[in-house]
Parts: sequence; structure tokens; C-alpha cells
Amino acid sequence: MKKIKTKEDLFQLYERNKTLLALRTADERVKEDVEKAKKNKTQREILVCGDTGCASAKSKVIFNYLKKEIENRGLDDKIKVIQTGCFGLCEKGPVLMSFPEENFYVEFKPEYIKNFVEEHLINGKDLDRLYYTDPITKRKIPKRSEIPFYKKQFKIALRNVGVIDPSQLDEYIAVKGYQALAKCLSMSPMDVINIIKKSGLRGRGGGGFPTGIKWEVCNKMPGDDKFIICNADEGDPGAFMDRSILEGDPFSVLEAMAIGGYAIGANKGVIYIRAEYPSAITRLQVAIKQLRERELLGKNILGNDFSFDIELKYGAGAFVCGEETALIASVQGRRGEPTTKPPFPAEKGLWEKPTVVNNVETFANIPPIILNGPEWFASIGTEKSKGTKVFALAGKINYGGLIEVPMGTTLREIIYDIGGGLKNGKQLKAVQTGGPSGGCIPAEYIDTPITYESLTESGSMMGSGGMIVIDEDNCMVDVAKYYLEFTTHESCGKCAPCRIGTKRMPEILTQITEGYAEDDAIEKLENLGKVIKNASLCGLGQTAPNPVLSTIRFFRNEYENHIKNKKCKAGVCKNLFIYRINDNCTGCLVCFKNCPAGAIIGAPRQKHIINFEKCTKCGICFMKCRFNAIEVV
Amino acid sequence: MGVALDDLQLTQKECHNELLEQMYNKLDDFISSLGIQKRDPFRKGHLIQVLHKAQEIFGYLPEEVQIFVAKKMNLHLSEVAGVISFYNFFTTTPKGKHQIHICLGTACFVKGAQRILEEFTEQLGIGPQEVTEDKEYSIDIVRCVGACGLAPVVTVRDRVYAKVTTGDVEKIIKECKEISSE
Repeated sequence: MKKIKTKEDLFQLYERNKTLLALRTADERVKEDVEKAKKNKTQREILVCGDTGCASAKSKVIFNYLKKEIENRGLDDKIKVIQTGCFGLCEKGPVLMSFPEENFYVEFKPEYIKNFVEEHLINGKDLDRLYYTDPITKRKIPKRSEIPFYKKQFKIALRNVGVIDPSQLDEYIAVKGYQALAKCLSMSPMDVINIIKKSGLRGRGGGGFPTGIKWEVCNKMPGDDKFIICNADEGDPGAFMDRSILEGDPFSVLEAMAIGGYAIGANKGVIYIRAEYPSAITRLQVAIKQLRERELLGKNILGNDFSFDIELKYGAGAFVCGEETALIASVQGRRGEPTTKPPFPAEKGLWEKPTVVNNVETFANIPPIILNGPEWFASIGTEKSKGTKVFALAGKINYGGLIEVPMGTTLREIIYDIGGGLKNGKQLKAVQTGGPSGGCIPAEYIDTPITYESLTESGSMMGSGGMIVIDEDNCMVDVAKYYLEFTTHESCGKCAPCRIGTKRMPEILTQITEGYAEDDAIEKLENLGKVIKNASLCGLGQTAPNPVLSTIRFFRNEYENHIKNKKCKAGVCKNLFIYRINDNCTGCLVCFKNCPAGAIIGAPRQKHIINFEKCTKCGICFMKCRFNAIEVV
Repeated sequence: MGVALDDLQLTQKECHNELLEQMYNKLDDFISSLGIQKRDPFRKGHLIQVLHKAQEIFGYLPEEVQIFVAKKMNLHLSEVAGVISFYNFFTTTPKGKHQIHICLGTACFVKGAQRILEEFTEQLGIGPQEVTEDKEYSIDIVRCVGACGLAPVVTVRDRVYAKVTTGDVEKIIKECKEISSE
């Protein structure tokens, strides 16, 4: 494989690789060839999502079988099968796409392959059952561009995810890969920093600190030994944006790290990644190996006197290590306990040297900003929150998955236009953002545009981008308790208010959910929350009470209902409700047959009764009943 | 040094078991391949990586292994033990032959993962982080495997069970044996 030693080598390769992605991207240079291919159906590409989500649903088996089937039929010179990153619509995985038609196939199964190749690829017959079904009109939509899930999205960080083969540097070069670095190397580091500052890019990991300023501080520090760290310790339960970027487009993060390294004067980069992401780790290892072989990592990159290399470091399951000082401690092989700021890492970080820590998504935004200019980036989004944000949409939603929208998009647009509304037509109760550091935004606020500021005002925060949709069947006290139990476990124990406070809070919450809380439980929680926020050293403690405080703020009556009336209307807290069968019951015996405790008494076409003494409140009858005859009281 | 050399030799003498010896050799080779110098101030930066490897080899990190690592890397045992106790990923107790991981990430949680966990506990008679008496099964809670679209999720080795209901639990337990023999 040819080395890429100079800028000229890079552009030559870009020219040579132009046909690689011809079918998938609207590359002007090869438009004619694509038209021809479309007409004559000479060339096709089948993309198989290889992201962890789809892989969990056997996409790897599909990839291998499909490839073999096509080879067996001698079609492999005409039909290429490629494994890519996430297409976004994880809920309907495994997902496949065919080009140039841009057809989108959902919930694909290995047993469909024979039929798919024979009927669809060879005979050109439409296989309706593989297409996406619109949840409202029940119409089948074959093309991705017409699926509502994709219509309001705008991709910057995810631009290559689900488009290129993440294991091939050549494909990345074909989408202008490493041209941003080449451009930067012909400028001074301060010019690079000014572009980032002008773009208004803010950290995507949670806090939202302006990236350019962070870089500038580090650039101005004396000394030659500096470090740039990529924070890939995505510990938020329910968030997988960073993982998808690393699995789908590892090169863009690696290129951006080199750009950052050049800007701040570092020639060593470290990626701190969760050990729970084996597939992302493998993709990174493959990518780094290729970059070293082609000399895009190492000494004198692209013929300049800039040298840069990247090392992988693995986390070991500690949420607090997402905090930058704790992360640095962990890279140094210590317990991941945060330290006081100042000194900030940009002044004194890894091994006491100036260090910049940026999040994966922040890095993924850098190459397009350099190539398209800061004005382009600043024109997207709102006044103070520029660009786009990637969210991992999950919970009680019809179409969950990975999405990227311009800042300022409303929650309503995300939930109803992109996500297709709530599952089973249930009522929206709240949206949780920011993970254990964030809060719950109630349904009334869904028209607020999403920006760093608006989310903070509503008692939540942007966080890294987990977005969990909560419906009427979820108990808000229980949700708050869930997050607090998480922080109890994850508090590093350094500061007493956080260590002890995050233990006391779930204790009180447990009393509430079990029905023996004291009358002043809410006030106690509020006081405790305030103290923990004010007296903790790091972000974990300062935000830990948010899930409780925000649910008290917006769902106070639900708390009071638990404490005073001993009732959980959502039917979650087992001590505080019973199931009852109402007059909707048709006597169909479904609940009777499914009850594992034998607690339902009934005969055909007669109203059933629940024996409260036997009932374990497992909820199976509630889920199985098609007549809304089981109610929570 | 916090570790007496005698301790180490004693443990090594005790391990007549050939398999165990092989395990120690494997770990030794790995540590040697890192080229750590005894007085290198940055040597501790490799510790977490070494512990990952050790746990991969032994399945867990008993005191003997901790002593071995401390000795090899010229660190105090307290430093090694401190790191192990801090991180969730490291365990000092052996796991069951079949490890069942139940995801309790937020997406799984709001879709009823707690009930799935209760069902496993009920059927196996053990709670999270516990092992059945016959050492066959253990239950672990994981915080988000990143397959939120498929919630609630249970994993056994490489197999991922998606959109699990309480009714699937018995089947999953039965299939564990088949998965382990793959």
C-alpha cells in the first residue's frame, strides 16, 4: 500500500479514490458514471450496518452470509457488500441499504437472504415486507430520504457514519479525509485556533465549554511536552453517540486529534475509551495501524515537521472518569478521583503537562469546520449554541436510534417528527436528558428549542446526549431513585457531601416508593440536594441531585401522592397500588392463562377477578390485556 | 516494597497446578512485553492495562495475582489493590461458569429491566454480583451496552437477547449451557 508522505500524495489518492464511494455519495466528479451505472444496473452496493446495536441483532451473520451467497452466484464483481457504521434507526435493526437506489431494508433476518438475492437483487422484484412502514399511514417507504426519521436531521459529526467502511482508510480519503489536517499544517497553530474560536464550537461532552478557548490556553502554556486526550469514556447509561462515531468513522476523530495536537503543540494523543466497547476499540486499533503504515501518524506528517502519535488507554468501568481530572488520574494508573481546578488540565494535566481533553463528538466536528469554514458552522444552530448535536434517542418511543439535529430544534420535532411519537399511543410524561447529571423535562416544555442554556434553565442539562422518553407508565420518583442509585454507586467517595449525600438521598426515595416516608421527605431531599450541589468538588457531585430536584420541581404532586396518599398512579411502586379488573373485561381468559401466580379467577365470557393475596404485581396481565380492562388503583 | 518476596515465592511454590503456572507465565510475558523499567516514573500508567489482561487470563483478581502484578511492576500492593477496588470492571471473586449480564441502562430501565432482574433472581436464587452454589451461574448488572434500541437487553457471552420479557428468562437460563459450549 502506498504511503502518504506529502500533501500531493494525499490529493492524488483523493483523485484516484473518487470512484470508491461513487454510488453512495453525490460526488460531482463522477456523476456521469453513476448515472450510467444506475441505468444499466451494472454496479450495486449493499451496505450492512455493523454497529453494536445491529450487530446484537445478528447483522454480522447477515453480512457474512450475504457475501457468501453473492459470491456463490458469481455476482461479486457486480454487487459489493460493505459493512458500515450506524444508520441511526436502531429500533428497526438490523438495517441494510442498497445503492444506487438508496433502498432501505429494516428488521432483516438471516433467513431472508436467499430470497433477497434471488427475487430482489437478480429479478428486481420489490420485497415490501423488508421496507419501513410509516407508523401512521401504514404505507411502505422504500427510500431512506423519504422516511420521516431522516427528514429533519442534519449531519455534521455523523456525516460519514453509515456511509463509509470504517476499516478502510481509502474510503475516508475519498470523502476528503485528512484534507483538513493538510490545510491546518499550512497555517500557524494560532490561525487554526482562531477558526475553531470563530466557529463557536462548544464541548459536546456535557459542560459546553468553548473548544477554541481551551485550545488557546493550552497553546499559550510554555513547554514542549503537551498532550491531547480524546474522552471516549461514555458512561451515561442510555447514551451511545460516541460509540457510534468511533465505530462508524474512527478516522475523523483521529484526524481531528492530530489537528488539535498541531494547534496546541502536542505530539502525543491518548484516547481513553471504555473497556465495555470492544467493537469500537477494535475499529480504532485497525484505524491507527493503517494510519501508521501510511505515515499519517508518526514523524513528519504530510511532509511537515509536525510529528504525532496516538495511544489507546482503557477505562475499567467508573462513571466519574468522564470528568477530565479523574480521567487523567485514571490514565496515570490511579484511582479515578478528581482534583481541584485550578490548575486546569490545560495548564497542568497528564503527567503534570498541559493537556487538552475533548469529547469524541467535539473532535468529529473539527474537520468539517476547517474545510467549510467557521462561518458555515456558525450559521447552523442558535446564537449561543452553534452547529448540531447528536442524540441517542431511546425509551418509550416508536423509532429510537441515533440522530443528529441542528441546535435549536424542539423536543416536539425530535419526539414526534423524527421519533414517530410514543409507543402504543401512550401519553408523553417527560423527557430525560443529560443522564445521571441531568433532569426530566416535563411534557409541557416540549416546544422549547434545545440549546445548552434552555436545557440548563429547565433544570436539566445537555450532557453528552442521551435522550430518554418517559411515558405515563413510568413513576417519576422511581426514575429519580434509579439515577441516584447509580450515582451512589459511582461517587468516588472523595468529598463527604457527595459520598454520604448520594447515599441518603436514595434511602429517602426508597422510603417514599415503599410507602413509609416521613411527611417532610420532600424538604429533606431539597435541602440535601442543595448541599451536595454546593459542596462537591467535581461535576459528578455538583449535578448528582439534578434528577431528584428536577422531578420534585415538575412532578411534586406525584411525590406527594406517594407520601401522603400512599399511591403510585403509574403502577410501578409495588407497595402503593393494586391491579383491578374493570367492566371492560370480556372474559377472554388471556390474563388468566398468562398469570404466573395463578392469581386470576375467571371463566369464559365472565368478568375475571384478581386475588390480591396471590397477586405478585408482575404486570403481565396489564401488558397482555387488549381491552384496557386491567387498571392500577 | 510492600510485598515480601517470600510471599510471592510461596504462592508460586504452591501452584503445582500446571494450568495455573501457564496462566502466570502468560501474564508474565505480557508484562515483560510492555518493557517497563523498574524506576520508570510513568510505569503506573500501564497498571490498568495489565489488570485487564490479568483478569482476562484468570477470570478474576485474587490476592495472589495482585501480589504478582505489584511485584512485577515494582508497585505497592496497596496501590494495585486500591485501583482494583475502585473500578467496577475488576472483580476479586470468581464468577459463575455462565455469566448473565442484565443491562440496567436508562433505556432498559424504563422498559422494565428491573422486572427482568427480579425474575432471574427468583429463578436462580441469587442476586446481582452473586454466584449460585454450584458455581454454574452468576448475575451481573451492566450499565448500558449501547443497544438501547433493543431494550431491555440481556447478554450471555457474545449472545445478545433483545426486547426481553419475563417470559424469556427461563429460556435464557436453559440456553446458557449451549452458548458456553459454542
